[in-house]
Amino acid sequence: MLTYLFQRFGQALITIAAMALLVFVGVYAIADPIDMLAAPDATADERAAIAARLGLDRPLPVQFATFAWNALHGDLGRSFVYNEPAVQVILQRLPATLELAFTALAIAVVVGLPLGLWAGLRPESASGRTIMAGSILGFSLPNFWQGLMLVLVFAVTLGWLPAGGRGETVRVLGIETGLLTLDGLRHLVLPALNLALFKLAVVIRLARAGTREAMLQDFVRFARAKGLSPSRIVGVHVLKTILLPVITVIGLELGSMIAFAVVTETVFAWPGIGKLLIDSINRLDRPVVVAYLMLTVCLFIVINLVVDLIYAALDPRVRLSESEP
Amino acid sequence: MNRPLPLRRSTVAFALVAGFTVLSGPVQARDLRVGLSAEATSMDPHFHNLGPNNALRRHVFEGLIGTDPDQRLVPALALSWTPRDATTWEIRLRPNVTFSDGTPFTARDVVYTFCRIPLVENSPSSFATFVRPMESVETPDPLTLVVRTANPLPLLPTNLTALGILSAKASGAAETVRFRKGGCEGMGTPPKSTDFGNPAVAVGTGPYRLKEYQRGTQVVLTGNPTYWGGAPAFGTVTMKPIPSSGPRVAALLAGDVDLIETPAIQDLPRIRAAGFTVTQGLSNRIIYIHLDQFDGAGWKTPTIRGADRNPLLDKRVREALSKAIDRKAIVERVMGGVAQPAGELLPYPLFGTTRDFPVVPYDPARAKALLAEAGYPNGFEITLGTPNDRYINDEKIAQAVAQMWTRIGVKTGIDASTASTFFTRRNKFDFSAYLAGWGADSGELSNSLNSLVLCLNPEAGLGFTNRGRYCNKEVDRLTVEAMRTIDDGAREALLRKASALAMADYPLIPLHFEVTPWATAKGLSYTPRVDQYTLAMDVVVK
Repeated sequence: MLTYLFQRFGQALITIAAMALLVFVGVYAIADPIDMLAAPDATADERAAIAARLGLDRPLPVQFATFAWNALHGDLGRSFVYNEPAVQVILQRLPATLELAFTALAIAVVVGLPLGLWAGLRPESASGRTIMAGSILGFSLPNFWQGLMLVLVFAVTLGWLPAGGRGETVRVLGIETGLLTLDGLRHLVLPALNLALFKLAVVIRLARAGTREAMLQDFVRFARAKGLSPSRIVGVHVLKTILLPVITVIGLELGSMIAFAVVTETVFAWPGIGKLLIDSINRLDRPVVVAYLMLTVCLFIVINLVVDLIYAALDPRVRLSESEP
Repeated sequence: MNRPLPLRRSTVAFALVAGFTVLSGPVQARDLRVGLSAEATSMDPHFHNLGPNNALRRHVFEGLIGTDPDQRLVPALALSWTPRDATTWEIRLRPNVTFSDGTPFTARDVVYTFCRIPLVENSPSSFATFVRPMESVETPDPLTLVVRTANPLPLLPTNLTALGILSAKASGAAETVRFRKGGCEGMGTPPKSTDFGNPAVAVGTGPYRLKEYQRGTQVVLTGNPTYWGGAPAFGTVTMKPIPSSGPRVAALLAGDVDLIETPAIQDLPRIRAAGFTVTQGLSNRIIYIHLDQFDGAGWKTPTIRGADRNPLLDKRVREALSKAIDRKAIVERVMGGVAQPAGELLPYPLFGTTRDFPVVPYDPARAKALLAEAGYPNGFEITLGTPNDRYINDEKIAQAVAQMWTRIGVKTGIDASTASTFFTRRNKFDFSAYLAGWGADSGELSNSLNSLVLCLNPEAGLGFTNRGRYCNKEVDRLTVEAMRTIDDGAREALLRKASALAMADYPLIPLHFEVTPWATAKGLSYTPRVDQYTLAMDVVVK
């Protein structure tokens, strides 16, 4: 177990270093931030002063070395636009995105698993077919269009829910959250649903396929022969088997929901980190873009590790140490 | 409604309650929720010279001089500003004004503000340019300022409209603050830009006070009941950034916000049909095409083919390219009527402009003849650079122009890129012709002439955006003279002369002035502003 963790840690470091180089050079290549930052009527001296202050006058290798050195000391740079540490700018926005991602995840799992199980147990029934047809819809609708339709129907036409924004928040343990106010929850429904629909379809399909496969396996037959109740067979033994692929996929999807909820955040004017990334790219706020992508890399590494650990807990056949036979 | 009703007990009770409410204080002002297209990057009025920041700060930090919707100067914290001689201005301040923390406003606050502006750390685009020309600032009495500049600076009052006044006391200044070029006395430790998110630091004299600043989410302002101009119309103003145009319109239609700025042109009919009000007004932003006219040694214009030298150096070719463009068609078809064809660089009646300045007429036949005269009967090939996300329908306009140029034989391709990339390439002279826009922040013509037409000379701060590198010494001479002429009448005459002279030489191709739309919920309307700012003060309650 310990050897395994060390190995994973080493791999993670290599990934992070490679990513840092790629991201830094890539963002560097886009354009010159001074053209976006300086007032158009800035004189040559003023532009030079800005470049010197932001360290943009130095050659790329020097800039990268400075960045890498500071990053090793936990400093990912200061935002050009806000003059605050880039990590702080991102962390201020993070709670909004986490709220959205975890709510969407909860919707996908809580609704998707039972529907998928049902469709797997009764694949030929009308209800099973309806669920599958619905999941195809969830797969194939473009996210932005689906979001606009949700806004159009539930906010503009029916007027039940707000069209966008985050609503009222309260401060709990130093974090602004909208989960504890009615207004906050009302604002959360549509974006969370929009983000969840695709994952919901994925969960339904995985659960259905897993259930159909599991129902034909020997352990189910054996459990039946042993006289276990159908609810126990499905609720414990089958569910545990089908959870494995679901957890893998959901883990990866959670990462992408946190890091790249850009479309949903844009359509619903949700003040999360996805919107921050887009704004920062447009303004060439290089430190924020780089810090964002570095944090994303770390996030994915952590999620993958957690998924592997859960895997081991759920499936006794999986061993995390490679030294065993 | 006017029918007499039988008096019931409930009615009496209601009347009593209503009467009590009226007696217990002024009627509760209504609230306003605004959907903005871009967010301010800081609450510090001196951090970033950027449209959204400048609009937001006007609610809380007034300037000495304000601007009305047509960008004319109006008294704000200053009652008058008079030139004593060519380099000395006397500014009389408004008496009996208090900051939101209750302290009185005096000349000390103004001096403090001028001194603090150059001290702002890491400003991406500094206001220091407006303070730098000041040689000395004296305060003979608490309500008078005497400002001296090294050279005559007729735009000093205009520059002052950009500077929000801070409270010296709330910022931690000493009792006496003295202006010294290169370092003032008595400054204490000025607050940092990020400190201004705190309402206790964001102390101004404006019609609104800061209640909450949550970057990315919202800014909440409350009405200042002791404002010298009378309590404002709204009790609370909430401003939310909704940068994407579709969701912004949806927020208005769903009733989440009462006012949005710059809805997309194609959404206007739908907004009107849903019973909302759309108001629109001319802006100070011109959309134009710069043509590369540099003839320095060894320079080969980058994106022209089929010509042995740069054809754009020939005035007849530039005239032909201008006459080939049907500006009316662009305004009607590409801009949905929401724009106005441009003849000079700013729309009338802004300072320095001429009423009915002629717009270059659409005349493709004459354009072809001019090309033949200039030695290009078969035209040539050119690539037109354009941003695709900076100005209203920018890439579509460029496509329309490309078709019109191709029709007279100048085969035109389009090179469109996102704003950040486009401006970097533009500044490196990557284009022989490019489409861009210029908003004259000062609202007068010397700004437009200086940025777009004067010979490029970054050291002298002249022609800074003139990446076409047109250069005409006489236009330069007239404009620079205007920029040193204190007398308004003489200055305006000089600017008009410079503009007429320049435009007759086709230094660039003016296309149109942007018209800015705003959409409001029932019962409200917005007075369009030339500077495109969205201010709660300009919302009209019907």
